[in-house]
Amino acid sequence: MRYEAPTSTREAIALMSGAKGDAYLLAGGTDLLVRMRGEFIDPDLVVDIKRLPGIQEIRKTARGFSIGAGVPCAALGRHKPLLRAWPGVVEAAQLIGSDQIQGRCTIAGNLCNASPAADSVPALVAATAKAVIVGPGGRRRLAVEKIITGPGATSLGKGDIVSAIELPNRPPKSGDAYLRFIPRTEMDIAVCSAGVSLTLGPRNVVKQARVALGAVAPTVVLVPKAARAIVGTRLEDDALQRLAAACEAACSPIDDKRGTVEFRTEVAGVLARRAAVIAYERARKKR
Amino acid sequence: MKGIPVSTTVNGDDVEFVCDGRETLLDVLRNHLGLIGAKEGCGTGDCGACSVMLDGQLVCSCLVLGAEAEGREIETVEGMADGEKLHPLQQRFLEHAALQCGICTPGFLIAAKALLDHNSSPSESEIRYALAGNLCRCTGYDKIVRAVRAAAGDVRRQQKARARRKAAAQN
Ligand SMILES: Cc1cc2nc3c(=O)[nH]c(=O)nc-3n(C[C@H](O)[C@H](O)[C@H](O)COP(=O)(O)OP(=O)(O)OC[C@H]3O[C@@H](n4cnc5c(N)ncnc54)[C@H](O)[C@@H]3O)c2cc1C
Ligand code: FES
Ligand code: FES
Repeated sequence: MRYEAPTSTREAIALMSGAKGDAYLLAGGTDLLVRMRGEFIDPDLVVDIKRLPGIQEIRKTARGFSIGAGVPCAALGRHKPLLRAWPGVVEAAQLIGSDQIQGRCTIAGNLCNASPAADSVPALVAATAKAVIVGPGGRRRLAVEKIITGPGATSLGKGDIVSAIELPNRPPKSGDAYLRFIPRTEMDIAVCSAGVSLTLGPRNVVKQARVALGAVAPTVVLVPKAARAIVGTRLEDDALQRLAAACEAACSPIDDKRGTVEFRTEVAGVLARRAAVIAYERARKKR
Repeated sequence: MKGIPVSTTVNGDDVEFVCDGRETLLDVLRNHLGLIGAKEGCGTGDCGACSVMLDGQLVCSCLVLGAEAEGREIETVEGMADGEKLHPLQQRFLEHAALQCGICTPGFLIAAKALLDHNSSPSESEIRYALAGNLCRCTGYDKIVRAVRAAAGDVRRQQKARARRKAAAQN
């Protein structure tokens, strides 16, 4: 196996697009190395992106935040402006693994690994995050939900590299939150999860909302009907009930020892309700 | 198979080795550098027995490629004691019998040091969260948590003594 750690993006793209055999990008390696060692994959080439220019930086831009694809999740929580603007995205990213894993794992890797249970993805989808993709065809920007096409499958082409994840600026009175269910308090994979992002208008009435669910379908699902259920409300009980019902209707989970279909479906609705309430409180407390 | 030459720093010493692309940092430490403190419990990031510091960040060395170490700084349990003088964590682990078979101990020591280096007054639940990536089959964890609390007290006293010496030097 060849290992390369290019220092220019052009070189990285050339290595990946010119590769014969199986080539993989390496970010934090917390999925890739596990799959290599478990002999699920047998790479001929691994291209480490961590030495690419700017890949380890979180930048404030005119549009919002640009999080380099090499930034470990532990660094997200240390970035105060990001934490203030997008607490739900940061809390989702920081649920991944232990402190050891946090020091390595990235949200770009979490996205590109395309697990239906990836923790940061529902929060990113709710947040209207975009992936910046560089590749043989140049540079483009794509909504994160357009990257994942199925369990372990993405829409990325040969030589495409996600160079950063972008989060927009926040209007005033906005908040987000992410919750997952696991059978213990740490170090487990989500049985189901929910991310909610919302913005309040006059008199704290919900003006805009996005609700996304994890681990209840082959990919993360955006549930516009759940968002519509709370727009125009102050999260009164009946609004929350409609939100939960819309979430339940959007679930098509697997049935396994970690959670039955009924359990995952019901809990997804409960988590979405609770996440909505947390996001609402965060938004209300902001100016 | 052509080897990859790597220059790095381990516990402050310049080190060079040649590794295969597939070898992990844990393989390199144990098989090429003779540093067998870090252990392989699982090889999949779950047990923390292989914990080391990489550029000041706690990581599982089983999930780092040896080749990634180029130009980096690595700290392992072998660098924790100051000559014959044990680190407070090592001393307190002994006193509190925070180990039985000892397989998990180097990982716990490194992870606990990573915690105390940035927070010398952790609560019990902060300690338990910080050590959630380390598994122990023997002790039941309580003794480990108690040893870390005691060591935190030692670290705080060391910090105070250092601050006093500094203040005295300035007067
Ligand atoms: C002990 C343990 C606990 C874990 N707990 C959780 C958890 O609680 N929740 C959770 O969601 N996940 C968890 N994971 C899985 C994993 O840590 C996450 O999915 C992590 O975010 C992956 O990021 P990475 O940077 O390590 O990815 P890598 O392993 O480097 O890459 C993952 C995949 O994405 C591709 N890729 C990486 N970067 C890019 C890029 N920039 N552009 C295109 N493709 C790219 C790689 O080729 C690879 O196929 C855990 C893993 C371990 C070992
Ligand atoms: S051997 Fe690395 S975490 Fe278990
Ligand atoms: S002392 Fe045996 S595993 Fe911890």
